[in-house]
Amino acid sequence: MKFMLMMNAPRGTGDWGVVNWAPEDLKAHIGFMKRFGKELGAEGTLVATEGLAPPGQARIVRAGKAGAPEVTDGPFAEAKEFLAGYWIVDVETAEQAYAIAARASVAPGPGGKPLNIPIEVREVMSGPPVEP
Amino acid sequence: MIAPLSETSGEHLLRELAPQVLGAVVRRYGDFAAAEDAVQEALLVAATKWPEEGVPDNPRAWLIQVAARRMSDHLRAELARRRRETVVVTHALADEQVAPAPDSGPEPEQDDTLVLLFMCCHPALTRPSAIALTLRAVGGLTTAEIAHAFLVPEATMAQRISRAKQLVKKSGVRFHMPADSERAERLGAVLHVLYLIFNEGYASSGGSSLQRLALSSEAIRLSRAVHHLLPDDGEVAGLLALMLLTDARRAARTGPEGELIPLDEQDRTLWDRAAIAEGVALISETLSRGSIGAYQLQAAIAAVHDEAPGAEDTDWPQIFALYGLLKRMTDNPMVTLNHAIAAAMVHGPRAGLELLQPLDTDPRLANHHRLAAVRGHLYEKAGDHEAAMAHYQAAAMRTSSLPERNYLMMKAARLRQS
Repeated sequence: MKFMLMMNAPRGTGDWGVVNWAPEDLKAHIGFMKRFGKELGAEGTLVATEGLAPPGQARIVRAGKAGAPEVTDGPFAEAKEFLAGYWIVDVETAEQAYAIAARASVAPGPGGKPLNIPIEVREVMSGPPVEP
Repeated sequence: MIAPLSETSGEHLLRELAPQVLGAVVRRYGDFAAAEDAVQEALLVAATKWPEEGVPDNPRAWLIQVAARRMSDHLRAELARRRRETVVVTHALADEQVAPAPDSGPEPEQDDTLVLLFMCCHPALTRPSAIALTLRAVGGLTTAEIAHAFLVPEATMAQRISRAKQLVKKSGVRFHMPADSERAERLGAVLHVLYLIFNEGYASSGGSSLQRLALSSEAIRLSRAVHHLLPDDGEVAGLLALMLLTDARRAARTGPEGELIPLDEQDRTLWDRAAIAEGVALISETLSRGSIGAYQLQAAIAAVHDEAPGAEDTDWPQIFALYGLLKRMTDNPMVTLNHAIAAAMVHGPRAGLELLQPLDTDPRLANHHRLAAVRGHLYEKAGDHEAAMAHYQAAAMRTSSLPERNYLMMKAARLRQS
């Protein structure tokens, strides 16, 4: 079964908080994320992972008149947290997905302290069941 | 009769023959979309049969025959369908009975590659469609390989290719050389598509480097083929030289973790000397003939960089002059940006910052991360760390390349600490 692990970060004023970190903290964080992605790949659970551009680049689009796009600029006041990146993993049980999420949550922050970022875990719906 | 077929040489042969076979089949049957499918099937058959049974004496004729058989099947099915729909059938099968075998008679096999390129890069197609179609019809790559290289699902790429083929059909693009009057413009479109394929492979951040490498090598291979066919065209030679001179730095361009290494910090012993020598010879020969064009100028600039033993040996006054020429030839804001960088190297960072000014009102670049990154760099050189930091951060938040974002954030972080 597949799960999407979503890492949310504070919306801030449009930039991710990491832009204000010290170089060594930044380096440790980037290094952690790279290693983590590689580990999941080597374990054979990784389906996909992407990091996303910051809230300031986000747009909300609704269909306006005659279906023309109506675009609203981010960051959006109603959202405190913003999706910063995600992993899609293929595992046997939900518990395995939770365990992976916990590993992501301890990514190092300022001073090398674990961030304990909340990771939202959602099962990915599958296609139609196979006929017996 | 039986020649051993190693994985790579066999693949190379197939890819080389692909456009020639397609050209012969299209000329014979007309229907480009169906012919392209038939040739892909023939290539697949060859890819499985040849390694076991050996390469036939005349591999090209063999492929044409297999593809033609598929075409006949296709036409027969099509005919039956139309009969069911009681539509009057005109010529397809009757013509097939009397026509000579597709591989008989003299074949302008070399020209087919060029005609196909003109067709696949037709201005009526969107750029992504032209790129996908070129890689498949001329490059002989499978849909799966192309999808893989562009990191999209195979079904998406299949759809893109099939829509491109429909568009070729609808727009009435014929399988022949464009008329002389429109030839320069059409060749420009071909070169642009090849350039985009190269850049996709070279500059993109996504995917493993190996998948990307394939795109750059393919662009170089196709440009080489075009140069072979049009040896006197300065821009074709210029584009090939530009690709070679740029690709030569590939190994030095990123660090072990995929991080970007700027030109002045690269380990130049990692540069590909053979590629540089070939590129320099190519561009020197072209320029000595008095030919000039945007690709040639870019290649000349790349050559100046590649020939400098160390970053500090770079002949910046010459690069500054070349960008000045290029600026007069194109309306590309990236050229203005690079002109400013060269100006800074020759006359100091303030001179560079001044040349960047007009770009603030250019909607193509005003909010582009590259403009902010260059400003950050020039302010840093000018000793204004506050401004440099702000621009590096703005650039980091705007780029969609992860390695580049990390690089820019690190630049800002270091300045903050100092």
